[in-house]
Amino acid sequence: MTVDSDAVAGPRLKEEQALLRDEVRRFAEERIRPGVGERDREHRFPTEILRELGAMGLIGMMVDEAYGGGGLDSLANVIVIEEIARVCPSIAVSLSVTNSVCCWPIEAFGSDELKGRVLPILTSGEVLGGFALTEPGSGSDAGGLKTTAHSEGEEWVLNGEKAWITNAGAARFFVTFARTDQASGKRGISAFVVPAEAPGLSVGPAEEKLGLRASLTAPVILDQCRIPRGNLLGGEGQGFKIALATLDHSRLGIAAQAVGIHQRALELAVDYARQREQFGKLIAEFQAVRFAIAEMATQLEAARCLTRAAAFAEKTKQAGRLAAQAKLFASEAANQACWDSLQIHGGNGFSDEYEISRLYRDVRVTTIYEGTSEMQRLVIARHLLQ
Amino acid sequence: MRIELNEEQKLLRDSVREFAEEEVRPRAKEIDQSGEFPRQFYQQAGELGLAGVAVPEEYGGAGMDTLAYCLVIEEVSRVCASSGVVLSVNNSLVCDPLLKFGSEEQKRDYLTPLARGQLLGCFALTEPEAGSDPAAIRSTAVRDGDEYIINGNKLFITNGTDADIALVFASVDLEKRHQGITAFVVPADTPGYSRGGHEYKLGVNASGTTELAFEDMRVPVEQRLGEEGEGFKVAMSTLDAGRVGIAAQAVGIAQGAFEEALAYSQERQQFGKPIAEFQAIQFYLADMSTELDAARLLAWKAAWAKEHKKRFSLEAAQAKLFASEMAQRVTNKALQIHGGYGYIREYNVERFFRDARITEIYEGTSEIQKMVISSWVLDRS
Repeated sequence: MTVDSDAVAGPRLKEEQALLRDEVRRFAEERIRPGVGERDREHRFPTEILRELGAMGLIGMMVDEAYGGGGLDSLANVIVIEEIARVCPSIAVSLSVTNSVCCWPIEAFGSDELKGRVLPILTSGEVLGGFALTEPGSGSDAGGLKTTAHSEGEEWVLNGEKAWITNAGAARFFVTFARTDQASGKRGISAFVVPAEAPGLSVGPAEEKLGLRASLTAPVILDQCRIPRGNLLGGEGQGFKIALATLDHSRLGIAAQAVGIHQRALELAVDYARQREQFGKLIAEFQAVRFAIAEMATQLEAARCLTRAAAFAEKTKQAGRLAAQAKLFASEAANQACWDSLQIHGGNGFSDEYEISRLYRDVRVTTIYEGTSEMQRLVIARHLLQ
Repeated sequence: MRIELNEEQKLLRDSVREFAEEEVRPRAKEIDQSGEFPRQFYQQAGELGLAGVAVPEEYGGAGMDTLAYCLVIEEVSRVCASSGVVLSVNNSLVCDPLLKFGSEEQKRDYLTPLARGQLLGCFALTEPEAGSDPAAIRSTAVRDGDEYIINGNKLFITNGTDADIALVFASVDLEKRHQGITAFVVPADTPGYSRGGHEYKLGVNASGTTELAFEDMRVPVEQRLGEEGEGFKVAMSTLDAGRVGIAAQAVGIAQGAFEEALAYSQERQQFGKPIAEFQAIQFYLADMSTELDAARLLAWKAAWAKEHKKRFSLEAAQAKLFASEMAQRVTNKALQIHGGYGYIREYNVERFFRDARITEIYEGTSEIQKMVISSWVLDRS
């Protein structure tokens, strides 16, 4: 450990947050780090580690204690995700998706009956959740989705195909978006909680990805998929609003993931520069290397400040803009940091033996998923120009 | 991270903004062009307690904290960067070291009137051959009984044309390099003290930058700040703190430019609609606001660390590096959004664009900040 993130982070975490951070860091080092490279190479989803995270109370950590959750706030969430991502970004995203885009919208928009039925299962720590918004033809333009839902008696029947669904194959529930009214554009979209075992739901083959290879990403096919009427979130036609609110919230998880990756990229660069000799001295003595590291450390602090400040302000009017700023900045900065760290590693950085090569692949998606950088800029500009 | 402004700080920010809008903005363009030193502004600021924001009330200051000081510098710089740096130098580079290293007499005789804004201070460290490497200064101080005889030349001294008091760094033994450097509090009317005329600059043109010359200037021993040989430490610790002020200044300049660009983009019509409706302009604004908030948080974090007596050398260097480079990019984009209008003097962004440039240079260039940061990250952890 070369850069003490708390000493650098300054404005103190409260004691309980610092304890949580230390506990998660210890777990990540002892339980997640061993085998992280093999799991990546073998595209192996770490079910057993996620179980352990569940046993620690981190699955459903933000859900109210009344539903068996941890009752923690958004600041605790970004601290946890940062620490896990620092060791394994794949596990971080599996957890973040469960907490931020499955548990969160169910708790925020579900009926009491639905919450009582579903949340205790999610907070048991033994299952994961997913979020099925994206389709082959609608990525950033989520309002263009084509999946349909119509009611038949006491059930909703869903038809369509969802793409790039994180945790598909492992998740017990998917918060799923479908069109209940063909005519009225975004206002015709509704949100549902779809159990993975619902008749008519099937998961396609897992995607092979550039990075995050130890996380599951797969299509979800809905073919006459039947779910109970009570699984509607909010009201009919509220789906687009629910999707945007959920993404406003979940962006902070991705910002935190990027901060964790950035932190590790910096640590690896520092460690490497202090042991690699060229031209008869440590490369840490060359100003070009020193200045690149100074730049990485400065950008890291800026990203962490934005992320924590946005988490802290989550209940304010500025929350949407701040979260988008944090996600935009942290993901772009982390990409640059991994690039620079790999450059400092030279040829070794290009080898799978060195951790930086995995982070370099893993980090790439942070400027893409849960809203591309371009979508973040649109969100920010909309707030500024209101 | 828990940095929230308290009620007192919010009130301060609002009242300084009002003061800046009413009293500073009307003259900002004019003094930028003429180079006239904003002495009247300084006096008014002093009456409001802004000349020594973080100085305790018993020494004439406002008795507030470093974060409050950042807010003051940001708000003033948001309308006039020259006025911002004038205030910043008096607060961080003169009052701060007097408070930290001064004797009780020095605090009474010099700090108190400086913090009240009755006197104006400057910080005389840089020399023609000693910029980023201050240990190379050649000014000398030779002990003669109860006095020192000081000889030397100083360059690029902000507030120098108008300052009543200079914090002067000179060496008692050139052989000892930085260990010979000693600090002195010197009134400008001391025989042998002379100053040059106004130096016309690319930006912050009204900040009274000039050169100083000391010729057989006799300074009583009581005016030495700290011990012989302690001057380098005084200078370095003062600059650590000063960087927080420059970061705040950069944030203020960028904020001023950003607000102008945001407003202009909504008024300016091209191709039949406000240019704010074009995605390229929207993305500029999004990036500008993101960087601006990041820089402000870094500056506040450094201020917080200083206030709580934590290490803040790394934090201040990161804040200064990031904020100054951010200001350069943000003012550049603000000018770009204004198109041709941004290039003419009638529009404020032209001034902001010029003013931002110095923040990457003074009180430690970006390269010096990176040396400080990399030393913390690579050598001390």
